[in-house]
Amino acid sequence: MESAFIIEKSIFIVVIFAFTMIMAMYSTWAERKVAAFLQDRVGPNRAGWGGLLQPLADGMKLFAKEEFEPDTKNRFLFFVGPAIAMSTALMTSAVIPWGDKLHLFGRDIILQATDIDVSLLYIFGIVSVGVYGIMIGGWASNNKFSLMGAVRAASQMVSYEVAMGLSIIALLMMTGTLSLKEISAQQTGFHWNVFYQPLSFLIFLICAFAETNRTPFDLAECESELIGGYHTEYSSMKMGFYLFAEYANMFISSTIISILFFGGYNYPGMGWALEHWGVNVANSIGIAALFVKLCFFIFFFMWIRWTIPRFRYDQLMNLGWKILIPLGIANIIITGICILVFK
Amino acid sequence: MAPVLIIFYVLAAITLASAFLTIYSRNPIHSAIYLVICMVSIMGHYLLFNAQFLALVQLIVYAGAIMVLFLFTIMLMNLNKEDEVHKPRITRLGAITVLVLLSTVLLLLFRHSKPFFGDYAPIEGDFQSIKKLGTVLLDNKDGFMVPFEFTSVLLLVAMIGAVLLSKKEKQTK
Amino acid sequence: MSTAIQNISLSGKKKQVSNKEMTFLERLYLIAIVKGLWITIKHFFRKKATIHYPEQVRPFSPLYRGRHMLKRDEQGRENCTACGLCALTCPAEAISMKAAERQPGEEHLYREEKYAEIYEINMLRCIFCGLCEEACPKDAIYLTISKELVPAQYHREDFIFGKDKLVMPLEMAIANSKKQN
Repeated sequence: MESAFIIEKSIFIVVIFAFTMIMAMYSTWAERKVAAFLQDRVGPNRAGWGGLLQPLADGMKLFAKEEFEPDTKNRFLFFVGPAIAMSTALMTSAVIPWGDKLHLFGRDIILQATDIDVSLLYIFGIVSVGVYGIMIGGWASNNKFSLMGAVRAASQMVSYEVAMGLSIIALLMMTGTLSLKEISAQQTGFHWNVFYQPLSFLIFLICAFAETNRTPFDLAECESELIGGYHTEYSSMKMGFYLFAEYANMFISSTIISILFFGGYNYPGMGWALEHWGVNVANSIGIAALFVKLCFFIFFFMWIRWTIPRFRYDQLMNLGWKILIPLGIANIIITGICILVFK
Repeated sequence: MAPVLIIFYVLAAITLASAFLTIYSRNPIHSAIYLVICMVSIMGHYLLFNAQFLALVQLIVYAGAIMVLFLFTIMLMNLNKEDEVHKPRITRLGAITVLVLLSTVLLLLFRHSKPFFGDYAPIEGDFQSIKKLGTVLLDNKDGFMVPFEFTSVLLLVAMIGAVLLSKKEKQTK
Repeated sequence: MSTAIQNISLSGKKKQVSNKEMTFLERLYLIAIVKGLWITIKHFFRKKATIHYPEQVRPFSPLYRGRHMLKRDEQGRENCTACGLCALTCPAEAISMKAAERQPGEEHLYREEKYAEIYEINMLRCIFCGLCEEACPKDAIYLTISKELVPAQYHREDFIFGKDKLVMPLEMAIANSKKQN
């Protein structure tokens, strides 16, 4: 039984890993397509049908590119930067519940790599370490623009982590657990947390944009001022790792938003489906529901990118420290009062 | 050897080596990065105790926030070897004296300490769950509610103090 | 009519801006962001303006000045008489030529008694102004009929176009004469 468990988990981890990679790959394609469509263009459409082979072509190009290294004493750190960025981006998917469970080969397969009690904290921890990839890479590049990008990324991430944590606390007061599995299990039917905690959702969404370094908060890599910021000196697949990590992060944060606030794998009528169609079918639909939700949020990330211009640095800090953090604290107090009154 | 023990030895070696390298390396950025590795390996020690909450808080607070700010400041200050202040001989002498005294104290401590033999009494309950931790911390009968709240007040005072200090500096300029 | 110059809007798009303080709702920016998202999503479903180039070619305007062409007449003879007016009028000094006398038996090749033995245009200097076309007394040089662009090359020498590239192809002249008959 022990070995069967190990095999089951290994297969599951490999599947999740491959899935994250494919999602990150096709996010690059989707990003270009969405950008094109929002600007009345058609986007990449030459490699494969509708440009579907474009990510493969891009990857091959990045692998074949010349690897350039700046003249720096910190060659090792220069290598470590993208490695940290990539591994932290992939590690977060370990605690995400992709669905409830499937009944295959006579055993229940839980659709989650590991259900630790503090999975939400785990995600916060990994995300907070993720900034080292940018910082170390930017510093080891031995370039002023890269250093500026690294410094900006660090202060931005640290500031927005605070607001993100505060926004989540209000949610946790309601759910009473840090486990993502329990949080998604609580939101059956249409009892999505977003209806009870809209302010918390808004703050979390804004912070997610800041944490993934996406527009309007992409000050760490803004092309117009910092010529690419922390990855100015990177080329070939090391550069590819940074870009890939950004898309993997985007995928993970979309998933977490849909799990925390939009019911995760729950969909209306799930209980009925469980009764009439059995566990496997109902939970497969659940996985599809989660997939649709997270795809919407990936699209939303791109949609916002082509709608809102980049913030100025002081505006970014003002928004983080003077608006989002007080709002988060106010939200905690309001939630506390509501819980006291209604329970 | 049990796998847990092997993991412990590897982790301990990493912790000690990175802590030593933090002090030893010349480059301040390298020092900071070694310190980050040290913090993360301490998180591993917590995980060996099955203290998941503590491990992750260690990761978030120390590795994720404090060390990022450390690195941030060091990067901004751009410390180089050339800017290093030459230390007078008396400080070095003082450092050596302190080291000798400290090591005598530690040696004496280790010689006279008595190791604990026997088993710990097992306590009921799953102590890795945050529910248990929450009741221990915030229960006002047999928990640590009052010290916990005092700590938060202390942090608040420190925060206000930091704000006041930075404000004052601006006025004098 | 008290239409001061400040109040006239020629484009009809003039908007009075004010520096008034924003209300609370405006300062939230959320409404503005939602409006912006609405605008961008409308563009998402709009018809795309792209022309898929190798498959679809954008038609040239009838007056488009592209690559030069030295015309032949209905009988397939070259119009150019190497008078040099085009070279003289060229503001970029891109045209150079060498004249030669028509030998007996070459009447089917050249319309005039004198023709251009060498006729070269440096396409790197040419600014496609069309003054050569206007100056030509024999209707010999045209920029509008080739409907082609000067292609990119790797060497500077390749941009000096001689008669082999400039003279109208015979097939085209034959087609023209057939069209006239």
